[in-house]
Amino acid sequence: MGDDRVWDVLIIGGGAVGATLARALSRFHLDVALLEWQAEVAFGVSKANSGIVHSAMHASPDTLKGKLEYPGNLGWRQLHDELGFGLNNVGEVLVALDDEQLVRIEEIRQQGIRKGIPGTQAWTAERTLDAQPNLTREVKGAVWAPTACVFNPYEAVMLVADAARRNGVTIAEEQRVVGIDPPDAEDPDAPLTVRTETDVWRGRFVVNAAGLFADDIAEFAGVRDFKILPRKGEEYLLDKRLSGIVTSIIFPCPSPISKGTLVNPTVDGTIMVGPTAQTVDDKFDTSTTEEGAAQVFTNARKLVPTISERDIIAEFAGLRPVSDTEDFIVGPTDRRGFINAAGIQSPGLTGAPALADLLVDILADEGLELDEKDHWDPTAPHPVKFNQLPTEEQQALARRDPRYAHLICRCEIITEAEVRDAMDRGAHTLDGLKFRTRVGMGRCQGGFCTWGCMQLLAEHQGITIPEVTKRGTGTWIVCDRDDHPVTTARNGG
Amino acid sequence: MPITSQPRHLLSRYDVTVVGAGPAGLSAAVAAREQGAERILMVDRDPEPGGILLQCIHSGFGLHEFKQDVTGPEYAHLALERVIEQDVDVLTNTYVTDVTRDLRVKLMSPEAGISTLDTGSLVIATGARERTRAAIKIPGERPAGVMTAGLAQKMVNLHGYLPGRRAVILGSGDIGLIMARRLTLEGVQVLGVFELLPFASGLGRNVVQCLQDFDIPLHLSTTVVDIHGHQRVERIAVAPVDDDLVPQLDKSWDIECDTLLLSIGLIPDAELARQLQLNLDPRTGGPVVTSTMETSLPGVFAAGNNLHINDLADWVSQEARAAGAAAGDVALGRHRARQDVTVTPGRNVAYVVPHTLSTERSQTVSFRVKQPIYGDTMLHLGDAHKRKVRAVVPPEMVTMKVSPKLLDGFAGDTLRVDAIPVEEEES
Ligand SMILES: Cc1cc2nc3c(=O)[nH]c(=O)nc-3n(C[C@H](O)[C@H](O)[C@H](O)COP(=O)(O)OP(=O)(O)OC[C@H]3O[C@@H](n4cnc5c(N)ncnc54)[C@H](O)[C@@H]3O)c2cc1C
Repeated sequence: MGDDRVWDVLIIGGGAVGATLARALSRFHLDVALLEWQAEVAFGVSKANSGIVHSAMHASPDTLKGKLEYPGNLGWRQLHDELGFGLNNVGEVLVALDDEQLVRIEEIRQQGIRKGIPGTQAWTAERTLDAQPNLTREVKGAVWAPTACVFNPYEAVMLVADAARRNGVTIAEEQRVVGIDPPDAEDPDAPLTVRTETDVWRGRFVVNAAGLFADDIAEFAGVRDFKILPRKGEEYLLDKRLSGIVTSIIFPCPSPISKGTLVNPTVDGTIMVGPTAQTVDDKFDTSTTEEGAAQVFTNARKLVPTISERDIIAEFAGLRPVSDTEDFIVGPTDRRGFINAAGIQSPGLTGAPALADLLVDILADEGLELDEKDHWDPTAPHPVKFNQLPTEEQQALARRDPRYAHLICRCEIITEAEVRDAMDRGAHTLDGLKFRTRVGMGRCQGGFCTWGCMQLLAEHQGITIPEVTKRGTGTWIVCDRDDHPVTTARNGG
Repeated sequence: MPITSQPRHLLSRYDVTVVGAGPAGLSAAVAAREQGAERILMVDRDPEPGGILLQCIHSGFGLHEFKQDVTGPEYAHLALERVIEQDVDVLTNTYVTDVTRDLRVKLMSPEAGISTLDTGSLVIATGARERTRAAIKIPGERPAGVMTAGLAQKMVNLHGYLPGRRAVILGSGDIGLIMARRLTLEGVQVLGVFELLPFASGLGRNVVQCLQDFDIPLHLSTTVVDIHGHQRVERIAVAPVDDDLVPQLDKSWDIECDTLLLSIGLIPDAELARQLQLNLDPRTGGPVVTSTMETSLPGVFAAGNNLHINDLADWVSQEARAAGAAAGDVALGRHRARQDVTVTPGRNVAYVVPHTLSTERSQTVSFRVKQPIYGDTMLHLGDAHKRKVRAVVPPEMVTMKVSPKLLDGFAGDTLRVDAIPVEEEES
């Protein structure tokens, strides 16, 4: 930081890409730091998306994203076994509504077979409706791909970052990179100097995994060969009542430009519909719009006719960090030691674990020595999901630790012990707790649990209640009373 | 007085279990005991009994129930004294997480761990929750500083922190009105209360005592149309609405503030009701009940804001007394009164509770009107009964006492409740 320490690798950005890379590097004897702008990791694009580990048959094997998709899919499943975030192998049903689409989806299936995707099947209309009875009667047939999964992307990324930290990586949050010093003309091998708003970091290698802002970071390094054009996707979550209306991810037959509107179950049992795809100028524009909703629901009803706007319980929008080349931009640059992992649009989440392995290889090619640790631990204790356990197991936990019998969040049944565990793994804001444990995500939207969470956050960090934030600097929740003179009512009441 | 006396050991079977120790629960527990039920358990998730009353440090409570004007915590205390005189097991810091249809109750508390017990009857008195931003879909950014009025009340009154320095309040529900005054007294600038409807949704006395007396503007037929701020709220936009409640964006204006409080209504906390698969009334959001507040599952009763949203704690105590007494009767295996008359909301009536009446006992019918009538109004209970009142407004619950005599000859009928201006009646 402020000292002369030289890190082997500095990773800029704590999204899916940065976090999986940090963990992949943690198996070697290396000094690695991950610098994240936001208060916690996974608060960027990796938080607001469809949360699908794609089946891997869609993207062409001629593109980098197409190559990384399937190994990435396998990577997430392995990480799920090792770290225990929510992931459900629900499979994908790719639906054709006319004869032309039947041909197209079979082409996609064949592409999948060529890529080595196991288990795909061509389904008749009857077979399709048998599996998904709420689909439109218009369906002509479908492709079944058992490899697709849904997961909690933020929980996954947060646990992967935590696993990296357990194995020695420094995770530095609220570190917005604002500049990279020009190369030293005298000594081209000198480490790169990366400046954040508060600190200075020096690294032999710098990996640019800054998502939407990867073009700015590249500029800092003097690399000016691409632009990130944010492409907005709006997503709508439906009432739990509709849970089960579809049990797999329902895909329409894609158009040449987009995968289209999906209807899918989430890991938490709600139904999600979306996303839209609209290029926007503003990298902070995560507003949802009426046109977006109209488009999503019109399209979704073509697949599942009973879906309605009336059932929306939550909505959000994410921005895909699309590069002007349309593919991932991964590799070394003209600036020595500066490596890009940019333009990571969909299926970037899916591809991340494989991209991390690729980046490790690239770093090795560029001269990073990879000396494996003898005692690297790929696993970490899985977070307890108390509300999913049978009563006897809950009782056993509560006997061991009474904090398992202290509910913090009524709507989602989250206990004090789970909240404390999330804080031990790095959560230090209300949103951080929410995305890790689901406190405050239920019907009352935090009306009951906010105070309990604030108390625990304050106690855990040794800070005062007004210092507790929603998601870092500037997002305070309450303030101290002032010694204001007391205003009185006109009539003294 | 120590009011968190935990029972030394929990029984494995109770006659009556009351979930929630707000005014409804406190009153139901006493009534069940007075009815002769012996083993009574009252459970609350908070460290102290009293429910939401504990954060309502203003006065105006108890005029009916205790014949004195007291604050919320004082009201809770008075109600709790009645419980303590009786032999009721009170368990605080405890959640009821599950109840099965055969009335097996699962409890969680850090002191007692996780346990299950059986109960003869159950009174659900879990209160209400506040509607949130998600419920009304305010467009815009998602900064910190948007909070429900009830949560703000808890922060200020129970914990001593302020929700911000410059606040706007959306919705003119009672909690919002009370908080406008509270925050002003705490030195927070309250820039205005904005209400979508053409009339305030809180009690008239609160509009006068909390807004007018403090020169806080109330903007009717106006709503929040945008929220700005990446980190903390910086600015909101408000706009008048037309007759169809559609915002007129061309007439919007901005207000600089750091806080937006939402007082946009309460919804019965139907979590247990849903688990028990009780029939719910879409108009109230709470269970469908008989004249003794028994739900569609025999032995399960509902009382307080979890049945329908009340404007006064005093009404809650009274209604819950009927629920508690009947829960006691059921636990002791006594005869249930016949439920032989059905009531439904009619003209200008938003909802009616209870949903059935008995020709065997006296009961109170409570309802709310949809539109205010600021003149003589005739209330009808089908052809069984009518009564003239001076005015009716949506924020104020209307009640009618119904004796068995009035229902004579109406067994098997459905009675419609109407609230009609007297002049329209006569024409
Ligand atoms: C609506 C939508 C749906 C999607 N659905 C899917 C899907 O179902 N499956 C799938 O595989 N993919 C999906 N994607 C794509 C996927 O979300 C992204 O490809 C992936 O999350 C990108 O990860 P990342 O790590 O590159 O970016 P990010 O998660 O954005 O990480 C970059 C990080 O860098 C940080 N950062 C930025 N600037 C700086 C700076 N100056 N200093 C320090 N840190 C900085 C950011 O704060 C951020 O945390 C979807 C995308 C969207 C928008």
